[in-house]
Amino acid sequence: MKMKIKAIAVNTFKESARNKMFYLLVFFGIFFALSSKLISFLTLGDAMKVLKDTGLAAINFFCIVIAIFTGINLIYKEIEKKTVFNILSKPVSRDQFIIGKFLGLALTMLTALAAMAVIFFLLVLASGGGFDLKIILYFFMLFLELLVIVAISLFFSSFTTPILSFIFTVSLYLIGHIMWTFNEFKMILRDPFWKYLTQGLYYLLPNLDKFNIKNEVVLNTALNPWTILFSVLYALAYILALLAVTILIFRKRDFQ
Amino acid sequence: MKALEIRDLKKTFRSNFLLKKYHVLKGINLSVEKGEIYGFLGPNGAGKTTTIKCVLGLLFADHGEILIDGQPAASMASRRRIGYLPENPFFYDYLSARELLFFSASLFNLAADEVRDRVAALIHQVGLSGHQDLKLRKFSKGMIQRLGLAQALIHNPDFLILDEPFSGLDPIGRKDLRTLILSLREQGKTIFFSSHILQDMEMMVDRVGIILNGSMRREGKLSELISRSTQYYEIICSHIAEKELAKIQTNFACRDGQYSLTLPSDSDINQVVESIIHNNGRIVAVNPVKMTLEDIFFNEMQPTRPATAGDSR
Repeated sequence: MKMKIKAIAVNTFKESARNKMFYLLVFFGIFFALSSKLISFLTLGDAMKVLKDTGLAAINFFCIVIAIFTGINLIYKEIEKKTVFNILSKPVSRDQFIIGKFLGLALTMLTALAAMAVIFFLLVLASGGGFDLKIILYFFMLFLELLVIVAISLFFSSFTTPILSFIFTVSLYLIGHIMWTFNEFKMILRDPFWKYLTQGLYYLLPNLDKFNIKNEVVLNTALNPWTILFSVLYALAYILALLAVTILIFRKRDFQ
Repeated sequence: MKALEIRDLKKTFRSNFLLKKYHVLKGINLSVEKGEIYGFLGPNGAGKTTTIKCVLGLLFADHGEILIDGQPAASMASRRRIGYLPENPFFYDYLSARELLFFSASLFNLAADEVRDRVAALIHQVGLSGHQDLKLRKFSKGMIQRLGLAQALIHNPDFLILDEPFSGLDPIGRKDLRTLILSLREQGKTIFFSSHILQDMEMMVDRVGIILNGSMRREGKLSELISRSTQYYEIICSHIAEKELAKIQTNFACRDGQYSLTLPSDSDINQVVESIIHNNGRIVAVNPVKMTLEDIFFNEMQPTRPATAGDSR
């Protein structure tokens, strides 16, 4: 079983890694991270703070773009091009297929993030900054966010077209970063129906702001280890739940 | 025990918007004996690929039972026995032929060192030597078809399901594939293949099943289906005046100085042959003209005659 999941994961990674668009996006991520050095020269204030702020933002943006674009196409392309027939006609369960695809995408994201992170670290060191453990923690939290996004895009891609998957995933990404507004709405709303609905959505939709520790890294403020631990558990639970639903949908699919 | 047994298989599809039901398979029954080549014949849209996809678990049947070697087709053990070549196969075009075969082998839990020799042998067997490291995006349709067969054989299955294996192949490729399929039967493998190309089927299959509009119309040994049905007798003769021939038999045609006479039954053959010889003619051949698979197929394709008021009486 493990060997089959590994084979599908490695093949998924090869698919992404042999795609020119992947290299282009990683290149742009690195390019914009490096250009933060230039921005730090042109800006007044703490140059290191500006460098970290803009560099991490660039890496974040391009990693999210890679996660969404590879994730939304993955399953749909397999079905559209009928390559899925060759896999599922063999002794491979649909569960193994989805898990393999997710792990392959996770490996792709880890590679892209590692390439950008190494360059960024070198840039920080070259700019006179020391080794900052918080930056590693930032990349770890970003990786968790990317895994949640990959799971979301995989979920949509298992039953709808890439365009709709793109719209849904981007919408959830944007909503996921303003989840605090749901709490505020809950306070304002008086009708119990809307109140409970807002509360339900708050727990149902992904709260991606839990993975955002950029302010703490840039401003070098303290991080609460319990908050970090909770975020890790939250990411794991959310990913497992999404994968379970994706598998349930995929188990019932007819491949015409 | 049968290699494949399908009992009362039914499948409906729904249109996307109106949710109208389309009955694609209306109770398919068929069986494939071990070690035979079974031809699954039908026009486009008859339900051949749908039946195959139900066997492979790519589609869920609404009703019926599918057994492979007595085991439910959906089980992993059954799928381990099958090698499958899809219709118009498409493989990951960023892989090379060798990489694809190793990937396919890993889905059967076969270790890389175990399959190394097998991959090399299969690449040679399907005629792709020298192309094993070429990316599949540079492969022609015929090469993809050959590779498809190689990946179907990677785990040395007992039972091969080939969906339209001859489509996209040139005459040389078709001949090679026919030879390969026949050699696989010699090795004791069971082969089930669908096609709408009658010539290929007639040259290879032991038994044939004809499917039309989601229903099995005929099933049986090809030799029995054909031998049962001599359509007419043909006498070919020469060196006889056309005027004399017309006195013997009015139904004849002339081609390249030879005459071809058509007799509906064998009862008049001796008399006609004697008359030709008596008139100084030469007999070139006497042939019973049997039904071909094509004739059987087109007969089945004929819509049934609608009942009239006279019929009902």
